[in-house]
Amino acid sequence: MRYIRPLSIEDAAGLLAGSAGTAAILAGGSDLLVRMKGGFIEPDLIVDIKAIDGLGEIRETADGFSIGAAVPCAVLGENTALQKAWPGVVEAAKLIGSKQVQGRCTIVGNLCNASPAADSVPALVAAGAKAVVVGPGTRRTIAVEAVPTGPGKTSLAKGEIIEAILLDKRLPRSGDAYLRFIPRTEMDIAVVSAGVNLTLDEQGRVKSARLALGAVAPTVILVEEAAEVLIGSKLDEATLERLAKVCSGACRPIDDKRGTIEFRRKVAGVLAKRAATTAYARAGGK
Amino acid sequence: MAGVAVSTTINGDNVEYLCQPDETLLDVLRDRLGLTGAKEGCGTGDCGACSIILDDRLVCSCLVLGAEAEGRHVETIEGMAHGDTLHPLQQKFLEHAALQCGICTPGFLIAAKDLLAKNPDPTEEEIRFGLAGNLCRCTGYDKIVRAVQDAASVMKGA
Repeated sequence: MRYIRPLSIEDAAGLLAGSAGTAAILAGGSDLLVRMKGGFIEPDLIVDIKAIDGLGEIRETADGFSIGAAVPCAVLGENTALQKAWPGVVEAAKLIGSKQVQGRCTIVGNLCNASPAADSVPALVAAGAKAVVVGPGTRRTIAVEAVPTGPGKTSLAKGEIIEAILLDKRLPRSGDAYLRFIPRTEMDIAVVSAGVNLTLDEQGRVKSARLALGAVAPTVILVEEAAEVLIGSKLDEATLERLAKVCSGACRPIDDKRGTIEFRRKVAGVLAKRAATTAYARAGGK
Repeated sequence: MAGVAVSTTINGDNVEYLCQPDETLLDVLRDRLGLTGAKEGCGTGDCGACSIILDDRLVCSCLVLGAEAEGRHVETIEGMAHGDTLHPLQQKFLEHAALQCGICTPGFLIAAKDLLAKNPDPTEEEIRFGLAGNLCRCTGYDKIVRAVQDAASVMKGA
């Protein structure tokens, strides 16, 4: 096995593209090292991307925020501007693991690990976040929901790396929120989760909405019908009931030791209502 | 496998070592450098017994490669006391009997040190939340929380 710490994203992409055996990207390592320890992966090459310029930074630009692939989630939680603009994304990222794991884990790693239960992903999908994908001689920007294709699988080609996650500049009267259900009080894997992002008009009616559900399908899902239910409303009781019904109906969950299909469907509706209510309040809606 | 040459700082001392590319920092500390304070409980980042501070961040050393320590600052439990003078947290863990078998203790002390560095006056809830990445199967946690509260008040007065 080789361990290489390249200084540029192009070199990293070239190393990954040119590797003969199994190659792995190392940022925080909180998934990779566990998989190595368990014997699920034996990489021939590990490309540590933390020495690449800019990958460890959160940049605030004219267009919004750019969160580098090597930024630990703890740093997201400490960034007051990001917290103010995207509280739902930050609260989701902060739910991943313990303090120790927070010091290492990244949202790009969470996305590329491609677990349907990944905490930061529903919040990112709801936020309309984009991923900057760099390959050997290529660079493209895609919606985050286009990255995971199934449990443990992504749409990234050999040699491609996500360099950063982009979040738009916040429009006025906007808010987002993330909620998950776990049987413990902290530090567990989501049984069901929901991320909601809303922008209101001057009258406090929902102008645009995105809602994503986690752990209820092979990937995190964007529920487009939920946006249709929410838009034009002030989140009155009847709207919330319709929202819950639509979200429960959008689920394609499995039965497993953490939750049954029936339970997951019901809880998806409940979490969707509660997350939407929080996002609405954060957007200044009354 | 070719070794990786690493130059790093551990508890303020410059340290150089050779390690295998897939070797964890925990294994380097324990097996190559003789720093056996950090313990391997689970090896998968769940128990916190291997907690260290890497560039001012609390991390599990079982989830860090030895090669990653290049050019960085590592703090382990061995650097916590000054000579024969215990750190207030160590002293209070003794006074409150906040340990039984002792396997989790170095991790708790490092995590508590990191907690108090960032939040010198934590509530009980903040202590419990801050130390939730450290598992103890003996004490039931109450004595640990009281020791940290007591250490915090001593350190504020210092």
